[in-house]
Amino acid sequence: MIELISSMVPDALAAHAPALLIAIPMLMAPIAAFMPSGRIAWILSILATGFSLVMAIVLVSQVQSIEGGAVISYAMGGWRPDAGIEFRIDALNSMILLLVSTIGFLAAIFSWPTVLAEIREAKTAMFYSAYLVCFTGLAGVASTGDAFNLFVFLEISSIATYVLVALGASRDRRALPAAGNYLLLGTIGASFFVVGVGFLYAATGTLNMAELAIRLEAVQDNKAVLAGYAFIVVGLGIKAAMFPLHQWLPNAYAYSPSFVTMFLAATATKVALYALVRFLFTVFGLEFAFEGSTLIWILMPMGIAAMIACSFQAVFQTDVRRTLAYSSVAQVGYMLLGISIGTAAGVSAGLFHLVNHALIKGALFMALAGVVLTYQGTSLQDMRGLGRSSPWTMTAFAIGAVSLIGVPLTAGFQSKYVLVTALFEHGWWWAVAVVMFSSLLAVVYMGRILEAVFFRAPTNPNKRHKEAPLLILIPLWILALANIWVGVQGGFVAGLADGAAASLFIGGAS
Amino acid sequence: MSGLIGQINPGLLLILVGFAGCLIPVQRVRQALMVATPVVAILMLAMADRGTDLATASVIGLDLVLYKVDSLSFIFGLAFLIASLLNAIYALHTDDRLQDGMALAYAGAAVAATFAGDLMTLFIFWEITAVSSVFLILRAGTKAAYQAAMRYLGVQIFSGVLLLDGLAYVYKSTGSLSLEAFTSFDQPGAKLIFAAFAIKAAFPFLHNWLQDAYPKATVVGAVVLSAFTTKLAVYAFARMFPGFEMLIWIGAVMTVFPVFFAVIENDLRKVLSYSLNNQLGFMICAIGIGTPLAINGAAAHAFAHIIYKGLLFMSMGAVLYRVGTAKASELGGLYKSMPWTTIFCIIGAVSISAFPLFSGFVAKAMTMSAVATEGYVIVWLMLLFASAGVLEHSGIKIPYFTFFGHDSGIRVKEAPFNMLLAMGMAAFICIAIGLPTIGGFGYGWLYNMLPCTVTAPADVCMISGKEIKPYAPYTVDHVLTQLQLLMFAVLAFILLKRFGLYPPEKPGTILDTDWVLRKPGYSMVKWAGTVWGKAGPALTAFFGRMGARTFEKIETTFSPRGALARGPLTLSMAMWSAVLLGVVMLVVLLAS
Repeated sequence: MIELISSMVPDALAAHAPALLIAIPMLMAPIAAFMPSGRIAWILSILATGFSLVMAIVLVSQVQSIEGGAVISYAMGGWRPDAGIEFRIDALNSMILLLVSTIGFLAAIFSWPTVLAEIREAKTAMFYSAYLVCFTGLAGVASTGDAFNLFVFLEISSIATYVLVALGASRDRRALPAAGNYLLLGTIGASFFVVGVGFLYAATGTLNMAELAIRLEAVQDNKAVLAGYAFIVVGLGIKAAMFPLHQWLPNAYAYSPSFVTMFLAATATKVALYALVRFLFTVFGLEFAFEGSTLIWILMPMGIAAMIACSFQAVFQTDVRRTLAYSSVAQVGYMLLGISIGTAAGVSAGLFHLVNHALIKGALFMALAGVVLTYQGTSLQDMRGLGRSSPWTMTAFAIGAVSLIGVPLTAGFQSKYVLVTALFEHGWWWAVAVVMFSSLLAVVYMGRILEAVFFRAPTNPNKRHKEAPLLILIPLWILALANIWVGVQGGFVAGLADGAAASLFIGGAS
Repeated sequence: MSGLIGQINPGLLLILVGFAGCLIPVQRVRQALMVATPVVAILMLAMADRGTDLATASVIGLDLVLYKVDSLSFIFGLAFLIASLLNAIYALHTDDRLQDGMALAYAGAAVAATFAGDLMTLFIFWEITAVSSVFLILRAGTKAAYQAAMRYLGVQIFSGVLLLDGLAYVYKSTGSLSLEAFTSFDQPGAKLIFAAFAIKAAFPFLHNWLQDAYPKATVVGAVVLSAFTTKLAVYAFARMFPGFEMLIWIGAVMTVFPVFFAVIENDLRKVLSYSLNNQLGFMICAIGIGTPLAINGAAAHAFAHIIYKGLLFMSMGAVLYRVGTAKASELGGLYKSMPWTTIFCIIGAVSISAFPLFSGFVAKAMTMSAVATEGYVIVWLMLLFASAGVLEHSGIKIPYFTFFGHDSGIRVKEAPFNMLLAMGMAAFICIAIGLPTIGGFGYGWLYNMLPCTVTAPADVCMISGKEIKPYAPYTVDHVLTQLQLLMFAVLAFILLKRFGLYPPEKPGTILDTDWVLRKPGYSMVKWAGTVWGKAGPALTAFFGRMGARTFEKIETTFSPRGALARGPLTLSMAMWSAVLLGVVMLVVLLAS
């Protein structure tokens, strides 16, 4: 499949795939903004993200063409990496890019009915423009090899995100304070990050991440490097919604337009987490004495705390979107736990869960978008009896839910299984118990929703509800079936994650 | 003769058709499929080779054996498939998509689990049995059924989780997922897996889910449920824990304690649920003995039991369907209006009571002999007592209070034809495998399928190194002993009836062989009941308060209005960022 698609792409395009993946959506963004009708902007965004998806597939096949994973270095504008900006694609980048562009493409397709319903018509073209900017930023973060350029892309995506979240105001006014909060905290995170990068630059004189990795080894006791490290970890921690820096997330997810929630939940925190992994294991590394202790004293406890505290919070929410938002933070906890093991198996488990969680939350929020569209309510009360009136939407939702819980034959099970295996190997028996307990809480909070959906009579039988439109159902079922596919035949995604983790540990990018 | 057909796990076929069946709206088409599929599956099973891995798959580095048949799994699988055929016929009169489909999927999951060749596959289908079967309870539609179904689901999933933990443990320590029998509890994972099986097999104190859920299921649902879950657990025990002495005692206790409950219970489907427990006890006990004879006894008993217990549940279901109740105190005299049901019920009753010429006799005799041969005198006595108890509550109480006894005056139509057909087929099997071998019929057919035969001893039979002797149930002393026990019991019942000591409102008598035990036993049950009646509410209230307080604490911390969500958001977040930055710096500084 991957070979087939990539072989159909002309060589001239394939050679510039890293640049084109970013450039096309970036160019489309202003064009979309000036389109007279939202529909044309919508089609443009589908084309742009679809093109990026093809480019991402090309990159994956290029990376996989060599045993152990090739590293594609692309110099922007032909400048040498140490002087200009380098895009550097290895197994980890290509996996994240594939994820972001797949979700971006599916999200673009399904967006139209919900955008039409939730955004004022005059703003739809601008909305799609913002979406493309956001997509560009996320894809940029995932492909750049330059620390400062990473900051720029992070800000591009963040600023677009603030706009997208705020546009939820036409449905729910609480979107405005949510966007405001997100803006403040996102800015704190970005500033921390750029301060950290500044420290590193002061200590080494380079911004290229591969070069940084080499030069940092010599100055690893430099206090500026230590401070830079701390700033970067915390800055990216905010962006990735690491507990307890996650508090911007529930409101932002709950009140933004349904489509934005779905897209952000599946990509934004994932990309920030990628950046964290990139800095932890490529720029810095386990050979830095302080790194091991950060993993054990910061990431692991925060991961565990998120898994428990946020799962509890999810249990008590009355709004389904907030339940899922808290559950997202808890799931970030799983990823952090995997990463904090600090072995190839652990990081691979974390990355595997990262991809699977994107598939899970993508499906869940997409199904919810369908509910919002036809029923206009997301409280637990509103979900009652929906299983009867819209079986297709809700079955897909249920698949996502069992996958989130980690029932065998679903994606969620595979990644939890890999995570548990990695924990066993590392001897963290007690952490396995925590994983089990947190999964039990997931059973509770998803079980509440499923019970309401399938076993309760509708609260208000007069409020008519119908199936979501096909434009939503098709991408929704693609994601739902992807959950099952990964669950039954997890080889492809697990292979990507393994390759990505291997590229970090066997000196891929250094 | 293994073509492609012989390499597909028949359970998988049932599961797929079952799930698809939920989507077929036309009753006749769907039900034709439901009846035809088990037949096809039986043919597929007949074509399968024994003892090799017929279908394998590799999932994330685990080598799974999806289909493996040997002499032990064969007899259980066959019994499950026959039961699913009978159930499908029994369900023909109702038009319920979900029930039809889930009943078949449930049966399929049990079959597939039986033919699983490794722990992971077993676990997957183990869970599917739990999830699919819960619909059979839910479809009853009452609030009580809904609550029971949720409790049932919780217990079953918990069992699955234990199994998953156990298999993970096994896999981590041995690197294999094989279904090899454990030899001691000290082996990694043995205890976890034992606990998982114990829940499904409804061991004493873990059994409440069974009596809770089965009587609340639909008419068809109870019949379906009675066949699979517990017998799958019995199979699993026979596969992985043969010869564990602990099982002998657990089994013996299991045979005895439900007798008391069954005797005083008024809901006849609940009586059958208790008697189900009692029957499982015989099988568990036999597995604990672990000799070839005992394993054969357990397998034969399971096979016969699936059929006659199904038959009894079917007859009570027919009564419930026609009359609307299955309470002993409200029934009576139904033989006039439901003569065929009466006959079939009696056949089921005499089979479960192990009358010679019926299937229970040829099966139970093996277990009893195995216990006696191994010299467990006390266990043997317990089983004897339980046998008498079976006769009392299943053999006499069920048919007597339903179809005879005082005439309740209820006049209803005979059960629908499809129910009678299913019951007739089950009754036929009960007799056919109970008779001495004459022509093609008789117990020889059953005995030829047993796991441990002289010609082909399976792995499970080699554990004790005992030699395998063909067993003959129809010897003079077997038949005489059994008849003596049964006749004495019947006589006691008649005498008690004649002297008015057996009031129909309080059906509570145990048998003459244990006349001495009767009074203290019964009073003890009564006393325990009183104590529980007094102490129970207090205890419940105490734990309820404790639970409520903990829950409140958790809620005040985590709920949307709780402590974690209080305060201006931005402020607290900004503070947390600063705090975390400080902590990270501290850690980094200390470490470098």
